[in-house]
Amino acid sequence: MLDNIQKQLLKEVADLYSMPKGAYNIRANGEKAARNTTENIDIVTKTDNPGIDVYIKDGTQNESVHIPVVISESGIKEVVYNDFYIGENCNVTIVAGCGINNCGSQDSQHDGVHRFFVGKNSKIRYVEKHYGEGTGTGKRILNPVTEVYQKENSYVDMDMVQIKGVDDTYRTTKAELAAGATMIVHERLMTHGQQKATSVYSVELNGDGSSTDVISRSVAKDDSEQIFEVAIVGNTICNGHAECDAIIMDNAHIVAIPRLDAKNVDAALIHEAAIGKIAGDQLIKLMSLGLTEAEAEEQIIGGFLR
Amino acid sequence: MLELKDITYQVEENNETKTIIDHLDLSIGDGKFIVITGPNGGGKSTLAKLIMGVRPVSSGSMIFDGEDITKLNITDRAKLGISFAFQQPVHFKGIKVLDLLRLATGTNISVNKACDYLSKVGLCAKEYIDREVNSSLSGGELKRIEIATVLARGTKFSIFDEPEAGIDIWSFQNLIQVFENIRKTVQGTVLIISHQERILNIADEIIVIEDGKVSKHGSKEDILPELLGTASAVNISCSKISN
Repeated sequence: MLDNIQKQLLKEVADLYSMPKGAYNIRANGEKAARNTTENIDIVTKTDNPGIDVYIKDGTQNESVHIPVVISESGIKEVVYNDFYIGENCNVTIVAGCGINNCGSQDSQHDGVHRFFVGKNSKIRYVEKHYGEGTGTGKRILNPVTEVYQKENSYVDMDMVQIKGVDDTYRTTKAELAAGATMIVHERLMTHGQQKATSVYSVELNGDGSSTDVISRSVAKDDSEQIFEVAIVGNTICNGHAECDAIIMDNAHIVAIPRLDAKNVDAALIHEAAIGKIAGDQLIKLMSLGLTEAEAEEQIIGGFLR
Repeated sequence: MLELKDITYQVEENNETKTIIDHLDLSIGDGKFIVITGPNGGGKSTLAKLIMGVRPVSSGSMIFDGEDITKLNITDRAKLGISFAFQQPVHFKGIKVLDLLRLATGTNISVNKACDYLSKVGLCAKEYIDREVNSSLSGGELKRIEIATVLARGTKFSIFDEPEAGIDIWSFQNLIQVFENIRKTVQGTVLIISHQERILNIADEIIVIEDGKVSKHGSKEDILPELLGTASAVNISCSKISN
């Protein structure tokens, strides 16, 4: 059973107040805490590595899989491998996420390696939320690796959020798209204190008519540091767009590195990057509605990271 | 009642001191509908910003309902009951029209209530309430939303800085109707900066600002005839065509 801290973490990372409906696998302090499978979605513990294999049958419609991880003990370090085998013509939501509560002095670290094999014509929505809390001196570290292999005409919509409390993160996302496949990524990131976050994307558009849109919005406060690197490779007739929009505050440091690589005359690739402080006229407008400067700042950041 | 006493505003430009507002005195009574006009560069918008506290006065004092607000910041002036519709509405990524109206009222108003404010500025509310206040909206739409935030606040002193600026002729024709409605319904003082004859025509009082000073101040009946045909009171269709 989950204790109260773990339940709180679950609420933060997966918006779960009780056991979810449908298929789920909850991992707590390095061990399986709960699991449920359905007729169409099977979850099997890996035998070679820590982690699970999730099998989703052809034609599975409007089902969900929740696979949250919570860590409430200080000093846990784990690498977990989760593979998703998604059949053809599916429409499925996958909710992952990791919450760490570290009140101890030792670092807690969870590195989740997620691989998605998406069948033809399938539509996947993937939501991943990372959250850290705790008053200890031990760091909360998350290094997720996400690999996505999309078959013809599949559609993947990824929503990745890390708003609070993660000291150190290095996230790697890699995707390969076949003909007609589409991948949309929305990443939202906020760092504060001494935190460091690096996010590296590499999307290969291999099939005719494939497309991607990678959108990152981030806020760096205090002395934190962020590096955002996105590479889109267009090997055929395709459309790629990447956007990095960042608000820099205090003594923070933000680096945005775009890389567009076209190997076909019909590859249309675009990158937009903007880093700047909160616009003075935005603050003035909200203050003229009666908000204090601090309240205005909070509203602007909250909206930006929505 | 707002009293401006001997207000001066100066800026440093290329090592020279430039006077934008020059020892200006002005008294604005309660419940009046007032239009400020005058040549470009005469200091109208600057004066509006000084009243809201967006810029600090260099010297002089401002008394609002008996309280000295000269040193108050924007937030405190807003809380005392001064509102400001910006000439160039601000864009916000991620903040929706509904959010902005809720911030304006200071309460978690219902969608229906928020829609009422949008209807008052001639927007079909359902289409806008969930839109982000960003560049996906046209200049005219942003302007109306900006005006709606001021109406939603319902304060005793509302300033509108050149509502006609930056929008097309058709949007402006509709916007004039919005102000004609505001004229009929709003309680409290309304101060509009405008060059448009039709706006001047619904004023109780007209103030002409020139070279940082009040050059004329009086009833519409007294002032408007002198202004007709000048750049301070242009006819919408003529001005837009000549542009």
